[in-house]
Amino acid sequence: MDVILFLIFAIIAVVSAINVVVQTHPISSAVSLIGVMGSLAVLYLLLGAEFIAAAQVIVYAGAVMVLFIFVILLLNAGAETKRGRSFMVQLLGVPLLIALLGLLVFFVDRLFPRSVTVHFGGFSGGSAQAVGRALFTTYLLPFEVTSILILIAILGAIVLARKELD
Amino acid sequence: MSAVPISWYLTLSAVIFALGVAGFLFRHNIITVFMSIELMLNAVNLSFVTFSYQLKQVNGHLFTFFVMVVAAAEAAVGLAIILTVFKNRSTLNIDDIDSMKN
Repeated sequence: MDVILFLIFAIIAVVSAINVVVQTHPISSAVSLIGVMGSLAVLYLLLGAEFIAAAQVIVYAGAVMVLFIFVILLLNAGAETKRGRSFMVQLLGVPLLIALLGLLVFFVDRLFPRSVTVHFGGFSGGSAQAVGRALFTTYLLPFEVTSILILIAILGAIVLARKELD
Repeated sequence: MSAVPISWYLTLSAVIFALGVAGFLFRHNIITVFMSIELMLNAVNLSFVTFSYQLKQVNGHLFTFFVMVVAAAEAAVGLAIILTVFKNRSTLNIDDIDSMKN
């Protein structure tokens, strides 16, 4: 059952991720990205990360992607115009990426033997209670710094969107 | 056959990260480039949660939480920058935004 669920949502995630990259219209990319985030939320649930799965749906698939789609609609962004890329990019880009991916998979396969497995319910420390306890004890200082970061980001966004820069 | 090897999760994370890199390098639309960055951040989050499962510790979830918060802040500021650039130059193509070059 775990394997079936993993395979279904992994395939949805990979197909949606490919769709993000190959679609020429940004709104299609954005909708595909929501698909990636939704299927990743299910994988988080399979890994026992309940709070992170909820936060993924609310923060990423909810807030961030709504912001993206709002900006795409606001700018009335059309399909990307095709234009010639340099010869080197066409020749080397995809093989180099596949080499990077192959290296990553090779090392992952070496470092983690097949006997190390994930099964649903094997880790129950990802509840909101456990995450909250760690967040307000061990990680209290980073949490407070994060609030300042968000304040600065809000101010920056307001200043950027309001003033005419040249 | 009811357990998934942990390397499958990490391989999935690597595949999504590589696709994010591909989008970042090959696309010309600034919004799509930005979405590719989000794709890479999501792939890294999956790795964090997987390692958290493997080590039976909650720390990976906290890192994922902080990555999400920073990504949300980054999206707000980045999209404001995109809006400003579009207001000044009326283009979203990253090849046309080269004022630092000349």
